Amino acid sequence: MAAKKPEFETPVIDHDQLVPALARGALQHSQPFVAKPEIQEGIGFPGELVDNWQRVAVDKLGELVGKSRGLQVYLDSCVKCGACTDKCHYFLGTGDPNNMPVARQDLLRKVYRRYYTLPGKYLPWLVGAQDMTEEVLDEWYRYFHQCSQCRRCSVYCPYGIDTAEVSMAAREIMDTVGKGQKYCNEIIGKVHKLGNNLGLPEPALADTLEGLEEDVEEETGVSVAFPLDVKGADVLLVTPSADFFAEPHIDGLIGYAKVFHQAGLSWTISSHASEAANFGLFIGSYDNMQKVALRIREAALELGVKRIVFGECGHAWRVAYSFLNTLAGPFDFLDPRYPVPQHIIEVTHDLMKRGALTLDAEANDDKRVTFHDSCNVARASRMGNHAGGQFSLPREVISSVCNHYYDMPANTIGEATFCCGGGGGLLTDDLVELRVKGAMPRMQAFSEVTERHGITHLAAICAICKSQFSKVLPYYGFEMDQVVSVHQLVGDALQLGSPE
Amino acid sequence: MGIEVNGKTLETDEEGYLASLSDWEPAVAGVMAEIDDCELSENHWEVINFLREYYEEYQIAPAVRVLTKAIGKKLGKDKGNSKYLYELYPYGPAKQACKYAGLPKPTGCV
Repeated sequence: MAAKKPEFETPVIDHDQLVPALARGALQHSQPFVAKPEIQEGIGFPGELVDNWQRVAVDKLGELVGKSRGLQVYLDSCVKCGACTDKCHYFLGTGDPNNMPVARQDLLRKVYRRYYTLPGKYLPWLVGAQDMTEEVLDEWYRYFHQCSQCRRCSVYCPYGIDTAEVSMAAREIMDTVGKGQKYCNEIIGKVHKLGNNLGLPEPALADTLEGLEEDVEEETGVSVAFPLDVKGADVLLVTPSADFFAEPHIDGLIGYAKVFHQAGLSWTISSHASEAANFGLFIGSYDNMQKVALRIREAALELGVKRIVFGECGHAWRVAYSFLNTLAGPFDFLDPRYPVPQHIIEVTHDLMKRGALTLDAEANDDKRVTFHDSCNVARASRMGNHAGGQFSLPREVISSVCNHYYDMPANTIGEATFCCGGGGGLLTDDLVELRVKGAMPRMQAFSEVTERHGITHLAAICAICKSQFSKVLPYYGFEMDQVVSVHQLVGDALQLGSPE
Repeated sequence: MGIEVNGKTLETDEEGYLASLSDWEPAVAGVMAEIDDCELSENHWEVINFLREYYEEYQIAPAVRVLTKAIGKKLGKDKGNSKYLYELYPYGPAKQACKYAGLPKPTGCV
């Protein structure tokens, strides 16, 4: 059977096109499913739109601005210079002017101006201030779910306005009045209940890990453990649950296990904290983010581990690197000789530097690889102990296990990296048009490097990026299995057994 | 929303997944497949049956890898890969086959 034709056109990759022609309202119809009352209530929000929602929304906005000086500055300081207009992948892929970051954020800014600035209160028509109306709420719901909170626009903003914070605030206000997004909020509920985004219960997790042990032994002849809930292990691995379920994610998990095995590290996964992702970030909900993060602390204490290591997940690393200590700290019970937390790339990189791993890069000679910097790793965190480590460490790891590595164009990687198109809580089938179109800039860069260097594989360190690329690559004439986990490359090159 | 199966209207969610697991009967898969312009072969049914068995034991759909391994054992090694499963279920074996099997949609970064 053939899949039905999509009801939209995939953008054509044109290497000469820098900015698309404006297409007003091009994605006006795109909006995610609204969460049902039981989902909303399960994570502490009203089930449906509350009666006096306009008042509640305006009050919430005031509360957020009062609490976060940053947010207030972001709302006050935009001078409409236009530097951000052509930096958003959703604008570049759709031409919809509401996806220019300045225009999208102005959907909220105009309401802020109306209620919280002097000119907006008295001369709203003069300063583009607007009442909080149903029409405004609908526009928020559409366009704040067309921002993946990737913060590429912020890199180019001369005032350093963090537009992701504005999107998060808008989503939090919408949740507070009872209009939440099904995808994110259902998932957060599952983490609270079952410990992970998938809703994977402990027996299923145990069965999956057991199966992986069998597979790896069958393939390599070496017995590599995938330990679950082992008390007294040194390392707690917290990884996205997609690593237990999807492809190519699971090959990355096999890679981590091989690294731990070969380094002789005792490690474990926890069924209580069987998820690195923290969608509380995407909806701007501190309470939910903290509740999700606390599971990791509880698991670390319960299992008595000495270190916490995060697997390949982009926003999880942002939450872990930047917020874990304030959300769930202090972590003074862990071994102070190691960073809290550590990224699996840092662990592998360190072991490689110390010569603790025997690697045969020829194992990956069938591949010519490029690397996709995930937005939350690139622009909201770091790895290693030097500035830019989040860019150099993954590349050094890949180059140690692949003989053919090439970067994509400089203005599409590093801190200028393009979002995969599915980040920030938008990786859902009801937004597939947005995801395909928003992937255009990344696909453009990938296609360029493919033509120039014969690239065969796109390596990633984020579960969302991996799933998103599996989905969108075929729309652009590539194969879904061209995306690989960085630790799959590592695992395939790693020589198991006793060092010679 | 709902679908008509053997004269009964069964409730589904926005994406066409059954609202209640207990509503499932084999005819449900056929009706859902028809909506997608798909004709169910015996091999499609191997996948659906395995998903239901696994779900009964673990209350979740199996990992794609677990599914491919099981299908490889049943239908031959050349079919035990995700490429073949995507031929059967182009919307993704996890999602589309789960739907036909009456199971909830896998959520998360998948």
